[in-house]
Amino acid sequence: MATVAITIEGTRYEVDDTRNLLDICLSLGYDVPYFCWHPAMGSIGACRQCAVKLFWDDDDDKGEVVMSCLTRPRAGNRVAISDDEVVRFRARVIELLMTSHPHDCPVCDEGGECHLQDMTVMTGHAYRRYTYAKRTFENHDLGPFVTHEMNRCIQCYRCLRFYVDYAGGRDFAAFGLRNEVYFGRLRDGALDSEFSGNLVEVCPVGVFDDKTFAAHYTRKWDLQTAPAVCPYCARGCNTIAGERYGELRRVLNRYNGEVNGYFLCDRGRYGYGSVNAVERVRQPIVGLAGLSASELVRGLGARLESALGERRVAVGARPRVARPRPVGIGSPRASLEANFALKRMVGDDRFFLGMAEREHTLVERAAELLRAGPSATPSLRDIEAADLVIVLGEDLTNTAPMLDFAVRRWARLRPTADEERLGIARWNDAGIGMVKKEEPKALWIAATHAGKLDEIAAETWHAAPDDLASFTLALAAALAPQRRRRATKTPLSDEAARVERYAAALRAATRPVVISGVSCGSVALLEAAAALARALPSLPAAASDTAAPAGTPDASAPPAAAVPAAPAGAAPLALVVPEVNTLGLMLLGGRRLSDAFRLAAEGDVEVALVIENDLYRRAPAASIDAFLRACGTVIVVDHVKTATGAAAAAVLPAASWAEGTGTFVSLEGRAQRSLQVMPAPRPAQPTWRWLSALAAAARLPVGQDWITLDHLLDELARERPDLAPATRAAPPADARFTGMKIPREASRASGRTAMHADVSVFDAPPPADRDAPMSFSMEGYRGRPPASLIARYHAPRWNSVQALNKFQEEIAGPLRGGDPGVRLIEPPSAGAGAAGAGAAAPAGGAAATAPAGAAQPATAPRVVAPAPGRLLAAARHHIYGSEELSMLAAPVAGRAPEPYLALGARDAERLGAREGRPLAVVLHGAGEPRLSLPVRIDDSLPEGLAGLPVGLPGLPFLDLPAELEIDDGGDRA
Amino acid sequence: MTDPSATDFTPDERPMTAAFRADRRALDLTEYEAAGGYEALRKALRELAPTDVTKVVSDAGLRGRGGAGYATGRKWSFVPMGDDAPSVKYVVCNGDEMEPGSFKDRYLIEGSPHLLIEGMALACYAIGAKTGYIFLRDQYDKPHALLTRALAEARAKGYLGERILGSDFNLEINLHVSIGRYMCGEASGMLNALQSDRPNPRWRPPHMASAGLWSRPTVINNVESLCCLPGIVRLGAERWHALGRTDEGGTRICGVSGRARRTGAWELPVGTPMREMIEQYAGGMRDGYTLRAVLPGGASTPLLSAAEIDVLMDFDHMKQVGTGLGTGTALLIDDSVCPVGLCLNLLRFFAQESCGWCTPCWAGLPWTVGVLSDIEEGRGRPEHLDLLVEQMWFMGEQMCFCDLAPSATKALGTALKLFRDEFERHIDEHHCSYRTADSTARR
Repeated sequence: MATVAITIEGTRYEVDDTRNLLDICLSLGYDVPYFCWHPAMGSIGACRQCAVKLFWDDDDDKGEVVMSCLTRPRAGNRVAISDDEVVRFRARVIELLMTSHPHDCPVCDEGGECHLQDMTVMTGHAYRRYTYAKRTFENHDLGPFVTHEMNRCIQCYRCLRFYVDYAGGRDFAAFGLRNEVYFGRLRDGALDSEFSGNLVEVCPVGVFDDKTFAAHYTRKWDLQTAPAVCPYCARGCNTIAGERYGELRRVLNRYNGEVNGYFLCDRGRYGYGSVNAVERVRQPIVGLAGLSASELVRGLGARLESALGERRVAVGARPRVARPRPVGIGSPRASLEANFALKRMVGDDRFFLGMAEREHTLVERAAELLRAGPSATPSLRDIEAADLVIVLGEDLTNTAPMLDFAVRRWARLRPTADEERLGIARWNDAGIGMVKKEEPKALWIAATHAGKLDEIAAETWHAAPDDLASFTLALAAALAPQRRRRATKTPLSDEAARVERYAAALRAATRPVVISGVSCGSVALLEAAAALARALPSLPAAASDTAAPAGTPDASAPPAAAVPAAPAGAAPLALVVPEVNTLGLMLLGGRRLSDAFRLAAEGDVEVALVIENDLYRRAPAASIDAFLRACGTVIVVDHVKTATGAAAAAVLPAASWAEGTGTFVSLEGRAQRSLQVMPAPRPAQPTWRWLSALAAAARLPVGQDWITLDHLLDELARERPDLAPATRAAPPADARFTGMKIPREASRASGRTAMHADVSVFDAPPPADRDAPMSFSMEGYRGRPPASLIARYHAPRWNSVQALNKFQEEIAGPLRGGDPGVRLIEPPSAGAGAAGAGAAAPAGGAAATAPAGAAQPATAPRVVAPAPGRLLAAARHHIYGSEELSMLAAPVAGRAPEPYLALGARDAERLGAREGRPLAVVLHGAGEPRLSLPVRIDDSLPEGLAGLPVGLPGLPFLDLPAELEIDDGGDRA
Repeated sequence: MTDPSATDFTPDERPMTAAFRADRRALDLTEYEAAGGYEALRKALRELAPTDVTKVVSDAGLRGRGGAGYATGRKWSFVPMGDDAPSVKYVVCNGDEMEPGSFKDRYLIEGSPHLLIEGMALACYAIGAKTGYIFLRDQYDKPHALLTRALAEARAKGYLGERILGSDFNLEINLHVSIGRYMCGEASGMLNALQSDRPNPRWRPPHMASAGLWSRPTVINNVESLCCLPGIVRLGAERWHALGRTDEGGTRICGVSGRARRTGAWELPVGTPMREMIEQYAGGMRDGYTLRAVLPGGASTPLLSAAEIDVLMDFDHMKQVGTGLGTGTALLIDDSVCPVGLCLNLLRFFAQESCGWCTPCWAGLPWTVGVLSDIEEGRGRPEHLDLLVEQMWFMGEQMCFCDLAPSATKALGTALKLFRDEFERHIDEHHCSYRTADSTARR
């Protein structure tokens, strides 16, 4: 990279010559129209919309028309955007693109946020001269997520490039030629890619739009929007969620250069139906009908008070004979604030994390490993800077889809020596793609079964979870300097040869990244992955510097970008955990759910408070039944109806993620604030407010003063200095911007003063938001908000999502002020000394009390072959199906598979199982469930290994991996 | 002058076609060998290092016969050579002869398929490629059959395969028959097509000499360029160059179609005056027809008025009179041809063949077709002429991704100058006067 001096519109700039002129002009704030170029996908030069006049130097008075997206700056160049010829040319491009466009803006979902509209106005084209027939197409039914209206197409090729080149989709192509290029599938059918929804944002016109949004369509300016965090997995992708008339209507990407960039997965985009679902708890549910919410709280409070009162007596007078006391069961899908409030209410020793037994062990170990370091968790930019990625035991497509996408995009864009040798600019997308296709692959996978990422991997290997752990340890050992394999004459065994192949690739890597996680249920694998990361070199600081230039976060921004990714000698390690706040909950700390069962069984639980957690997903039904029976009173606070709620004495209606503000900690260890999109429908309110109300009714010493979220956050910062950085994930509620709040509605919103006119013509005051510095109104601060409070992308002349350009330091760089979120986990050596920068010093909580065991060498797990006649069943996660809340959204549920049993071909033959035919099995795990499931033959499974989906409706709780055998009803015994 | 068929010349005068049979049957291997075939390959493998072959070709001054006229030796010189160079390289023969009016590649293959194979072998040897591809137009059934047989013969005789003629040189040549699109004739589009991708043009860099087919160093040469190579190697640079009548040197295939007495293709010295080709080789116009203009080198070259046919046919002289040599196959435009209908017909072809990549081309060409249709069919308006000029500016070279659209409008651009009165008459009279005549633009 070199800096060269060029002149743009008469002003001299020093610019980076590895960028193209379009990127440079946009970064500097000039409006240059474009279509086919995309900030995340580079240049192809098809649309010709970004033409500028280039004068070679001061002596050049003729100049030439160049496409700015395909032109690198050279010292002395003069660039004219407003030159007459290019102004005329750009208007003509629009005129030509419009020749077959249907001009159906009034009935087009894109209208009002359409890049073609913006560019048309920007170029000044207005009057149609083309008088010939328009070409027309038939459209496809692309499934429940995306609409298809090909007549609107302007042939920019973005959809094809995104779907095929970046997302790896195979069921989409460009057909035909000239002005009749058709972008779609071969025939009707749901788009297969897990990232298909991004077509909605990638397409600059209305060819691909959000089908779920169309079902309750509202113009962009009539949506009330807020910055949210996707609640449907642990990746923590940033979203913009939009509401009208109390209904959540759509989710769009919210850019975060460290987390999800420009994209979302389809679970994240289309799972929002859980907020509108019929399964929502909208009123208190109690055994005694007719109680109002406040009466119920008073009653429950009294119940709570009596329980606590008895405790006070018990503690003081007769400590040995403890009376029943309330317990709190938290939730990995509830916010940090809700869990913290519950923990404060019931006390540290009465707070249980509410995870499944095995999951608790796994996540606890994962948190320990991440906190102990020396590996840091990689951000998106760290992954993009890698030269090798190894994935161990995770089917990322289904367990953390946007990590899958990050790996795919990295695989396409990772810099290689060939590209440099050939002089291919980083933005030359076609050139990069062409060369990359012929390069050796740099993704290595070992997992329990075949995944979609396998097709871009150099090698994949499928084995049982503990075998994966042994393999990973062998790999780590092979990388140790003293263990470099001497050249031997004897041929290697298959296993040793495999280790050697992986090790050889890892040895050659200078910037490797390790990705593993808890999904296949092996603690040994977590430890082995950490050991492997320790045996690998770290990302050089320079790598992350070049990946995030100009990343100068302001004082309130996270310090993460400034801290080197990891000390020498440890590769970044990403560990996938299941839910949106799994890691936050573990960092908060608490006891195991099984301990709560034991307490209840001993008659020690008078009142159980369960927040946002369906316990039937955490343990076998019999255990939960017994637990709920043993508790005196079960109070559930949740926003959806669950089996647990059905068994509870009372269910209080919580605000959903879209109706309350809260902080969630992603698998990266990044604490991010998700802001309330709309007022919670009365009487629903955030879980912590219910807890506060209960505390008041029970006259508890804590919780009564949690009036606003900031009160609770202040208490969190006080009580838990290690989590204090989380409170800075977004500005406090009393922050003002030139004296105003940030509006949730667009300046041209027609709604607020009119939308309830059918009820009353009087202009009702907008609801107050006590928890965030945002208003439920179009009134407020019109300038650029802080990065964590971006509710929509809009800039003068830019109404589409492309307005994002105006919110970044530079194109595809960090948002102005730094990308949102605060990393809570930095390796000790990086965080030490920097007060409050990291959370390395544990301060209470179950996870924190464990010693930093990661420093000890991991030992190989004892691999036990399944007993004769048995198979080992490993867990299979599904992007559509395994997550609880998103399955309440019909479009997502419609894509979920039916429960099945996956068998390898040889095992299936041995068992006489046939594809699609049901097979009765008994699982030798928690609850010993008996299942009869249709068989799915999966050739990727090694002999002895089977697969069972987890979390699907209709399946009981499955504790996997576990052995299973044919349930012959005793016939074969 | 009587029909000056190729057999009147010696191989030293007409290196490509002297041995062609009068009955137009293709030479088989024995006949080709008898006429000195594969001697050039034998000579190169025995006496010349690969870089020497490149030097001979450079010194001979061979310029690409596909239309652009880029110096072949120079094109080869960009291919990385030596021990550090990639071990896999390719030579791809462009036999996608889709240019309207051109039939010279077909003429060569149908006359002597082994000439092409020997030429490819020389090119592969020169750049160190072990694999060659012949990319052949879909409709070329006869060349397809001839090349298939010739490749088998060459393999059987050891001109292809391992250790060719006892040297260290290995070569396999594959024949790929295209599904057929004009864009497949654009070099980078052709490589994409070979890779099973859409035949869209590629952005350079990377240049194909360093990253072409499957991102390996690749040279793409036209059929005729490759067919020139055996003659160049056999005669040597100087003697081959001396065959030409101007500085460019050498011989090339020139052809005539249209209402001439004898249409066909002939190997002529480069720099032969066009008038000589039309009047002597093609025998002049048929009775009752007057030459008005020439489309000198395929549909994508500017028109040349009949007054200018004394031009010498080489790249530079043709350029001097504002047109291009293109493929060297001239289409004669006589007084029965409606210039508007001619342009409409050409533009229809190019609009049909636009790959759909860049806006000026995929949207500009159909619109231009619309305007020309209006004029031709009597719906023209005076402002249409300005609109056509605007369209041509819009489809200019700087505006488009590749040369298809800029080339597509070249004939139209010159027609508007040469025959502006005809365009205006169409508009004024609201009909095409040629349509009432006995012969129409459509025939």
